[in-house]
Amino acid sequence: MNRYPVWKYVIIAIALVVGGLYALPNFFGESPAVQVSAGKPLVKIDSGTLVQVQAALKLAGLAPDLLTLDGASVKARFLDTDAQLKAKDAIQKALIPDPTNASYVVALNLLSRSPAWLSALHAAPMYLGLDLRGGVHFMLQVDMQAALTKRAESLAGDLRTSLREKSIRHSGINRVGQTIEVKFRDVATLAAAKAVLQDQFADLQPVDAPDGAEFKLTASIKPEAARRIQDQALKQNITTLHNRINELGVAEPVIQQQGLDRIVVQLPGVQDTAKAKDILGRTATLEVRMVDESAEGRAAELGSGMVPFGTERYLERNGQAVIVKKQVILTGENLTDAQPGFDSQTQEPSVNLNLDAKGTRIFRDVTRENVGKRMAILLFEKGKGEVVTAPVIRTEIGGGRVQISGRMTTVEANDTALLLRAGSLAAPMEIIEETTIGPSLGAENIAKGFRSVAYGFTAVALFMCVYYMLFGIFSSVALAFNLLLLVAVLSMLQATLTLPGMAAMALVLGMAIDSNVLINERIREELRGGASAQAAIHTGYDRAWATIFDSNITTLIAGLALLAFGSGPVRGFAVVHCLGIMTSMFSGVFFSRGVVNFWYGRQNRLKTVSIGTIWRPDGAAALKTNE
Amino acid sequence: MEFFRIKRDIPFMRHALVFNIISLITFLAAVFFLFSRGLHLSVEFTGGTLLEVTYAQPADLASVRSTVEKLGFADVQVQNFGTARDVLIRLPVQKGVTSAQQSNQVMAALQAVEASAAMRRTEFVGPQVGDELAADGLKALAFVVVGIMVYLAVRFEWKFAVAAIIANLHDVIIILGFFAFFQWEFSLPVLAAVLAVLGYSVNESVVIFDRIRENFRRYRKMNTVEIINNAITSTISRTIITHGSTQMMVLSMLLFGGATLHYFALALTIGILFGIYSSVFVAAAIAMWLGIQREDLVKGGSAKKETDPNDPNAGATV
Repeated sequence: MNRYPVWKYVIIAIALVVGGLYALPNFFGESPAVQVSAGKPLVKIDSGTLVQVQAALKLAGLAPDLLTLDGASVKARFLDTDAQLKAKDAIQKALIPDPTNASYVVALNLLSRSPAWLSALHAAPMYLGLDLRGGVHFMLQVDMQAALTKRAESLAGDLRTSLREKSIRHSGINRVGQTIEVKFRDVATLAAAKAVLQDQFADLQPVDAPDGAEFKLTASIKPEAARRIQDQALKQNITTLHNRINELGVAEPVIQQQGLDRIVVQLPGVQDTAKAKDILGRTATLEVRMVDESAEGRAAELGSGMVPFGTERYLERNGQAVIVKKQVILTGENLTDAQPGFDSQTQEPSVNLNLDAKGTRIFRDVTRENVGKRMAILLFEKGKGEVVTAPVIRTEIGGGRVQISGRMTTVEANDTALLLRAGSLAAPMEIIEETTIGPSLGAENIAKGFRSVAYGFTAVALFMCVYYMLFGIFSSVALAFNLLLLVAVLSMLQATLTLPGMAAMALVLGMAIDSNVLINERIREELRGGASAQAAIHTGYDRAWATIFDSNITTLIAGLALLAFGSGPVRGFAVVHCLGIMTSMFSGVFFSRGVVNFWYGRQNRLKTVSIGTIWRPDGAAALKTNE
Repeated sequence: MEFFRIKRDIPFMRHALVFNIISLITFLAAVFFLFSRGLHLSVEFTGGTLLEVTYAQPADLASVRSTVEKLGFADVQVQNFGTARDVLIRLPVQKGVTSAQQSNQVMAALQAVEASAAMRRTEFVGPQVGDELAADGLKALAFVVVGIMVYLAVRFEWKFAVAAIIANLHDVIIILGFFAFFQWEFSLPVLAAVLAVLGYSVNESVVIFDRIRENFRRYRKMNTVEIINNAITSTISRTIITHGSTQMMVLSMLLFGGATLHYFALALTIGILFGIYSSVFVAAAIAMWLGIQREDLVKGGSAKKETDPNDPNAGATV
């Protein structure tokens, strides 16, 4: 009666092999490595990059242990950190001739030492959380109200221009909170304005109402438009953060949206945490200044003269020098938006800027006085300035809508728009959560977590073996199989393992043994009741199953609740907890029965089973069972 | 080896009233301490900054405290963390100062006094996150309570569901009472431990209820009290051994897991000990007061068990 059909053994064998294979990479440990990835959106990492890296390493006399092209990055693995650091310098020198304009990110990383055939099976070690490998974690909250206010401001400017173009006279346009109020003297103009608004401003919802002697039109941003604006603001902030983090040279940064208005940034392995905070918290500033067009200025620009007094020399992105005056005309605060587009007449790629009311006024005055001269837009980051673009002013620009065009490809237009936008975050952000874990603490946490699991497991296994004899060994084997499966599943899913996760692993092993205790106690009870050995095993397993199932379901409900509502450390705990309960049902019942069946199932005349002493309450001598 | 050599069924239910009164008193004490002392919530819930600093020699807490206070931070807490060389500094949220500035400032000041000071970990939590975490924690608790009650009501009977939840919520309150009384730090991992314990102790009650149901089917002559006594007696050995095994694991965490897992393991320890007590003495007693009967459980349910499609051993019958 205690025999498994062949297919059940096949399932167990498959689970053992697959579990073993996927758990295996965790045992190889990690080696220092250098990782090269793209630093700009347009840079492609391909076999060409691989060859370049190879050449650079050869030149430096370094032989990597492994050199691969893996998705969007080239990874070179070394035997020690010394070679790793030398290699980083060599690669950096070869790939990034100009450090101020890096196309690649060369970062230090740790790479699994598992052999290539395992990697080919997509078997990778568990992904370690920040508390185990060290690094920085930030949660940033985007101020969406500010984004909407900014947008309302820019729409108010647009509306003013449109009304002027249509010669609709109003007696004042004001932004009040996130709505725009326009006042009119009579109903006719109000109706005309309303028509314009409905025609040209799809994002606005107009409501008119008499206001004393005047007529007032109140336009608010439609809810769906507001949603879109918030979404864009978040995406733009993420892009900006990406650009900034690329500079840090982090191997595997995580920048993710969380909820509607939050961004999570994780920088594993970052040692210089102060610098990371500095770069993340940095605000780039944008400045508009006039180019010095005097003879001295021209001479300095060509490199043949001194930089004149009252001016500064900055480089354009193509390396061309531009001499600009120190006086700042406008800053990024006055810029509400920058988008790539096309010139309506020439169909040339262009960048379209929107200015706010104050910016519009200043810009009109400056352009009127400086037709034919150049105006430079500069981006300052970390106190270092760069000229984004320096177009010639062709005509007076009134309405606050500025178009920069000419000598530009579509790609350049995109880049420029991105840079201009990056100068000003779409909406201000605030760090609402921050965790820094030093690298030594990470290593210590791994050791602590590992020791907890190892010693706990040993203690439980020893006790089981002493108390239940051979059945205790079966139970311990099942428990070990449970651990193997759990590690394999975590590696397969690439779920993040944290210290609470390791605690959950220990706890789940402690709970998993419950199934085997239930079964073993039941078998003893059946034997005590006088059942034959085979029957006792059979009924023991059968009766215990219903109980095991019920009790695991209740534990699983608690685990799911933690998974659904938990965040951070609780989530890490819950993932391992839930997975562990499921693997324990398989290993504790199905697998352990398989082992028992394999051992005892064939013996038709089985007299005794080795499950420890069976004590009988009727006072008869204890039945000592041994083979 | 056999620890439990029980000749007759132990009359657990004879003293049910006494146990329930003991439970009630412990419960009320826990509630009292929760309200009078309150929980010592971690930075995750209250918001603020936490710095873990390590020194080459055992650190002088008083000097660390005065250094930090000189920077103008009010209400600073300084304590050892794990070893004498590790120090934990806790700063409340301050308006107008970013967390980065705060922790850099403190580190610079500490290093000026003692060069060997090295940052191991900093944590900053804004006040808005803390409130959310507390709300999420309560939601999770509600989800667990409702989920388990529904499951038990479907699988057994509503009386069992109510009994199990009362018994195990009483465990949760008692754990919280301990944390309030000793002013141990209540952090997110502790919350996870509390909820895990809730699921785990319910599973204890389930084992006993399962036996009660089985006994109702098997021993038609016994009355309810005898049935419950027999069920508890025949599962007590398993109860102690299982909890003992789990406790061994938790003990290993308590000993080797370091300061980070300390309170987590402590919460589990209390939970496991009270879990045994409440499942054995409280849950079944409440079910008894609620008046469980044979008719509640034996409604042609015996045939269902044999055809359970989830049974992996169904095919093993030859």
